[in-house]
Amino acid sequence: MALWFPRLSTDRLQRHKQSQSSAAPLVVVAKVKNAIVLQAVDAKATALGLHIGQPLANARAMVQELEVAQADAAADLRLLNTIADWCDRFTPFVALDGKQGLLLDVTGATHLFGGEHAMLELVARRLKAQGLIVCAALAGTAAAAHALAFYKNDTIVELGAEAATVKPLPVEALGLETTITHAFRRAGLKTVGQVASRKRSEITARFGAATLAALDEILGQGAKPISPRRPRAQYWQEQAFAEPIATDDLITATLKSLSVHLSALMQENGDGARCLEALFFRADGAVRGITIAMGSPTRDCNIMLRLFREKLSALNDPLDPGFGFDLIRLSATRTEHFNGVTAELDSDLMAQKDISFLIDRLAARFGADRIFRFQPNDTHIPEKAFAAVPAQSASPKQIWKKRRRTSAIPLRPLRIFARPEPITFSTTLNWRRFNRSVTWHEGPERIAAEWWRYEQPQSTRDYFRAEDHEGRRYWLYRDEATVQWFLHGVFA
Amino acid sequence: MKPLLASLKDFLAKPELQQASVRTRLGHGEADLCLRGGLQHGSLHEVFSVISHEAAATGFVAGLAKRVAEDKHLLWIRQDFSAREWGELSAIGLLELGIDPACLLLLSVATADDALRAANDALSCAALGAVVIEIPGHPKILDMTASRRLSLLAAQSQVTVFLLRLAAQPSFNTAQTRWLVRGAASPQPSEGWGRPVFQVELIRNRQGQTGEWKMEWNGDERSFREPKADLGAVVSTAFN
Repeated sequence: MALWFPRLSTDRLQRHKQSQSSAAPLVVVAKVKNAIVLQAVDAKATALGLHIGQPLANARAMVQELEVAQADAAADLRLLNTIADWCDRFTPFVALDGKQGLLLDVTGATHLFGGEHAMLELVARRLKAQGLIVCAALAGTAAAAHALAFYKNDTIVELGAEAATVKPLPVEALGLETTITHAFRRAGLKTVGQVASRKRSEITARFGAATLAALDEILGQGAKPISPRRPRAQYWQEQAFAEPIATDDLITATLKSLSVHLSALMQENGDGARCLEALFFRADGAVRGITIAMGSPTRDCNIMLRLFREKLSALNDPLDPGFGFDLIRLSATRTEHFNGVTAELDSDLMAQKDISFLIDRLAARFGADRIFRFQPNDTHIPEKAFAAVPAQSASPKQIWKKRRRTSAIPLRPLRIFARPEPITFSTTLNWRRFNRSVTWHEGPERIAAEWWRYEQPQSTRDYFRAEDHEGRRYWLYRDEATVQWFLHGVFA
Repeated sequence: MKPLLASLKDFLAKPELQQASVRTRLGHGEADLCLRGGLQHGSLHEVFSVISHEAAATGFVAGLAKRVAEDKHLLWIRQDFSAREWGELSAIGLLELGIDPACLLLLSVATADDALRAANDALSCAALGAVVIEIPGHPKILDMTASRRLSLLAAQSQVTVFLLRLAAQPSFNTAQTRWLVRGAASPQPSEGWGRPVFQVELIRNRQGQTGEWKMEWNGDERSFREPKADLGAVVSTAFN
């Protein structure tokens, strides 16, 4: 299904000032090659003979009372994306089509909305109710639907009948570069049908293989898949409401029933979810998505529900139901094979499960990049010998114990400064404007940079350990190149 | 509605509050005597750092938490500010103190408010051995109510909570014990430093006397004890 919004820019402006409907025709202008030309015109302006591409001065000469607005491509794109979000309720495959169109892959979805005619009518009617002028068409291939939406609004083409419907359309419907369409017109080929009547080898020889591919697509002979905006979820469940729902209780209950169904689906294939997304479709067209991630795959509905609650309560801008949600969809965007049986038996595994659930909860509330586990790194540079990695993606089994030297005094600090702090050091150590008299120090321990890792030579550091009169213990170094002292860490 | 008093009585009658408290010995004889057998599990303990002895306080808390948690997981919640001001917790440093970094979860939060919320949440997870909350300064949110809530949640799940207070002055709250920690000079500085030594003052103890001791952390046995060279001399001259 192709949707085309011929007056997207003007519709966007009209929607914002619906209340005070001004009588003047509205045009959107932009500067093209130092001339201000019309980019979009509304219905009134079209009726008065204004058209896209006309210089603004000409338009003003034709129409005295003209409302002029500057073009805003970013806002148009935002609106198009919002519409695409809204269209997600009909099918998970929604793709942007140019600057003013959308493509929906509705294969196998039409019967849910009462057949092709009913669905096309429903989509068009509900978009019009939102104040958008829309042309829609349904065909076997995206290219054919796109061309029909442009030239023959409200067309539905049965499978296999694309060629007959598309043939009368002008050659511009092929969507090729202007030089090629001009060449077609000069050659006397004015419609798609006329082009199609030529030999295929002639077209390839004269205009290239891409032209032939475009022709095949529009005639329904070769289909190019659309690239949907969201990756396809393997498992998803949704619930539509005749009467929009707005209360927390109902939303939670819906999420619960959806997650029960979703986990039943996943159980069939022995999968568990690592990432879940809940989409809330508001009755007025806005769509809000909430994503939760798990450290290990799960099918437990209670865990899913609790994580969603956690996430919802931590939102900066709470989920605003407005006039209510009329559709809620829950999809597992990332899944992994998961054998959920063994975990119940072993108490050690139970504890591990509890810990990973805690990690998921904290990650849902504070962000996955906030909760860490430590992992060892193979390097002799002390500050890089360990890494704090997000706990959800870290493997819990890390061999740290073997790295420890037994019955040893600490040689590495407990707290380390991400940015070593400049100090002065002789008999006294001056750090943060306080003098500390050093009673003992040991060094140097020379730590050379890893020359095989860097292009630029890094400086070598001479590390010292020092204790002051109050028993505070420092880890400091002298940079060999600059001969400056830095405090890098403190010992317990 | 149930009268408040009755509901409180109901609450106090809960079995988890009745059961005999589990205690972990620190390994330091006199301190354990004062604590009537050791540090009580499932309660709130507060450790204050003397200004500029933050690393020592960190080491002391890490030791306490490790002893209490044993091989269970340890959740360390800290504010971003604290890492910038006093240094980031180092896995290698912990390892050298005998604390396996694999058992440690580190949560970094922006505010004290978030830190307490995370702690309240984490305390429901009985699989945790201990929770350490590192809070700099005197945030308003850390009031009597907050400490009471922490104490109650800790009692319910039997997870022990440690509040590591940096750059802060002790005040009233529901903590079971309150400690003031500073680093202590090595017994023989000329011979180089040995294991970490702390000058520890127990300034509040709900169940017994207070006191002041010098403690050494032994990373191999994961235990505190009296410093060897110091067994005879009770008070070193440096602190008079």
